[in-house]
Amino acid sequence: MSTTQTTAPSTSAIVTGAGTGAGVRGEGKEPRRPFGKYFRETGWRHLVGVVATVFALFPLLYVISASLNPGGTLLTANSLFSSFDFGSYVELFQNPSQPYGAWFMNTLVIGLITSALTVLLGALAAYSFSRMRFKGRRFTLTALLVVQMFPQMLAMVAIFLLMVTISDIFPAIGLNTQIGLIMVYLGGALGANTYLMYGFFNTVPASIDEAAKIDGAGHARIFFTIILRLVAPILAVVGLLSFIGTCSEFVLASVILIDPDKQTLAVGLYRFVSDEFSKNWSVFAAGAVLAAILPVALFLALQKYIVGGLTAGSVK
Amino acid sequence: MTITQDPEHGTTAPTTPRHRRAARMAEAAGGGWVLVLTKIVLLGLILALAVYTALVLSRTDQWVAAVIVVLVALLAVWVYMGRGRLPAKYLMPGLIFLFVFQVFAALYTGYVAFTNYSTGHNASKASAVNALMLSAQERVPDSPSYKLTIVDQLGELSFLVTDPDGDVQIGGEERPLQEVSDAEMQAGKAVGLPGYTTLKFGDIVAQQEKIADMSVPLSSDPNDGVLRTPDGSTAYAYTSKLVYDDAAGTMTDTRSGVVYKDVGTGAFTADDGTQLKPGWQINVGFDNFARAFSEESIRGPFLQVLVWTFVFAILSVFTCFALGLFLAIVFNDPRMKSKKYYRVLMILPYAFPGFLSALVWAGMMNQEFGFLNVVLFNGADIPWLTNEWLAKFSIILVNLWLGFPYMFLICTGALQSIPDDVQEAARVDGASAWQVFRSIKLPLLLVAVAPLLISSFAFNFNNFSLIYMLTGGGPRDITAGVNVGATDILITMVYKVAFVGSTSDYGLASAFSIIIFILVATISVIAFRRTKALEDLN
Repeated sequence: MSTTQTTAPSTSAIVTGAGTGAGVRGEGKEPRRPFGKYFRETGWRHLVGVVATVFALFPLLYVISASLNPGGTLLTANSLFSSFDFGSYVELFQNPSQPYGAWFMNTLVIGLITSALTVLLGALAAYSFSRMRFKGRRFTLTALLVVQMFPQMLAMVAIFLLMVTISDIFPAIGLNTQIGLIMVYLGGALGANTYLMYGFFNTVPASIDEAAKIDGAGHARIFFTIILRLVAPILAVVGLLSFIGTCSEFVLASVILIDPDKQTLAVGLYRFVSDEFSKNWSVFAAGAVLAAILPVALFLALQKYIVGGLTAGSVK
Repeated sequence: MTITQDPEHGTTAPTTPRHRRAARMAEAAGGGWVLVLTKIVLLGLILALAVYTALVLSRTDQWVAAVIVVLVALLAVWVYMGRGRLPAKYLMPGLIFLFVFQVFAALYTGYVAFTNYSTGHNASKASAVNALMLSAQERVPDSPSYKLTIVDQLGELSFLVTDPDGDVQIGGEERPLQEVSDAEMQAGKAVGLPGYTTLKFGDIVAQQEKIADMSVPLSSDPNDGVLRTPDGSTAYAYTSKLVYDDAAGTMTDTRSGVVYKDVGTGAFTADDGTQLKPGWQINVGFDNFARAFSEESIRGPFLQVLVWTFVFAILSVFTCFALGLFLAIVFNDPRMKSKKYYRVLMILPYAFPGFLSALVWAGMMNQEFGFLNVVLFNGADIPWLTNEWLAKFSIILVNLWLGFPYMFLICTGALQSIPDDVQEAARVDGASAWQVFRSIKLPLLLVAVAPLLISSFAFNFNNFSLIYMLTGGGPRDITAGVNVGATDILITMVYKVAFVGSTSDYGLASAFSIIIFILVATISVIAFRRTKALEDLN
């Protein structure tokens, strides 16, 4: 490490960088700086970046390596990438007491249906808030915000007892059914999502609606054919966030789904790993990698939208 | 996006399948008899369903619920059949789910918090009486044994018994014994009956538990007792040693002569204070809250959990924000190359499902075999998750891993949106780099991210999956009267009190839920007020 380095010049580099760097960067033929200067200005940033990246990545590399080490225990998983075998992935689907395939499909189905309906319900509500003026509009909007202070997770006992009661009347949508769980999730469909969408709906100029109305389009046609397409990015964000959130939800899923072959990945994998913690570590690791692939891929693909959506809510 | 083209495509020339689908949807939404018919059919179905539900509810005397169900269905018909009422048409589907599964659930939590609903108190008084009588069954001493054959009809098992006098009777669960005359006899024992299949030995073994649980009433009067079988070939008469006196509302143990009275605690209680369980559900007022704050064995752990919840939430936000901001500043230099790659790699922990990360970290932090001890610390024996203080540290560390990418993302966004001219003006005025950061960048950044910090606090306040998956709340505090450990936060405590272990205390758990709600609501209101003030200042 360069001995001349202190914190003062490095912070000044940040500040001045914004102003002067822009012109230099495009040319790409910056005269080569001496190493000391280079390190003071940008080199140390790479050092920090590498450290942070290692911190971020090593648990992920560890779990991937563990999953490629069939028959491995917690202890044998420690020698990283010592073998390269997909045996654990095969074993994952062969144990009837731990129906991974069913968990995976359940999670996918519950996640997809919940997120699709969440987007629909949220968009319907956001449309009415954004485009219609009616009595109680402000009140409803505020009420939605207030209700969010009591998240569903807090009401887990009440929801459990409610589902028990529903089971007595309609066993098909009560306790231990996936439809029941989806309905519970839909209880949280409005709220934060509506606010996110409401803000985005407002950015679509109302003159578009009016033009369509003059051309003779009804409210439903305006909503389904015009507005929904213009707000597609926010629909993607809400759908994705809802999908990822549903996939990793544990509390309500564990309370409502009882049979092992009805459970989701979060509940199933937790039970699996807490039963035989260190023994079947490589099988668990394989399960974790498979379960994570879809959310991570979706996240990276739609990264731009998500980051925009996350900050759009409050950073004005 | 080509806005001007869309209406054209929708009406005249649907080109792509997506356009065509949209056009069809619009056609349907615009009117037409098909739509009206569908609407009527759907609403009819909803009404029929509502009436059915109401009938079922009214059979168990739940009149209020029955009336509400019918009213909501009628409201739906009124909203969707009439013209106008547009906002209601768009809002109703979402609001119904919101009301049932969030608003009602919240209110019901409040109600349960004021009851003694728990493992021993989970039903109405009448069913508690029944359960008590059933569980107190004892074999009648010196009573005759009945020769028994178990028969099956359409999957329902029955007892075919021959009493000592040679009379043959049949009966089943909740079906009192009845005389039959056409049974097939073998050595003085009825072994079959037309219309029924006799179970063979193998079948009896296979359904052993079910058969052992069966109790067949001797007659329609419950005081006569029931027949039970230990082995599937002989049945004995059992009667309850408890007798319920409906008029006085007391339970009497016929064996010991002790009288158990209903003294208003939700269970039959003897003079010496012993209670018969199960009891029934009653309103206990503020008892659950009082227990949380005054009962020694609950107050201690509860207050400790409360403090740790705050410490955890504050430290999580602070550490993640600090690291995220630091990295955002480091990477906010246009001269630095390949920032994009760092960014993608650093986002990965945030994209990886949280519950899986916690489970993976739990494996890595295992004391004997974990990666951290065996490889990084070269075989050290550090109790990452089993020492009270180290477990707390580990939780903060793992949460930092999970949460810093998010803070990094939003700080980067906020930093980039700070206008350059403000900074330049400050520098022209002779401010040092640190001063520019301290007095210009940081305040502007805080204004932008403050609401996100508050919601991050609220999220971590209820960060169930991290705590539950990483340490399970442990290490367990054995002296506590409730099942909690050193790293439990309030929400995991609620879950454990209500659903983990052999006993569940729904009343106490709901009371904790209400306390969490009050705390979070108070903090959010104060915090949002203050950020508003912050915004006004700038």
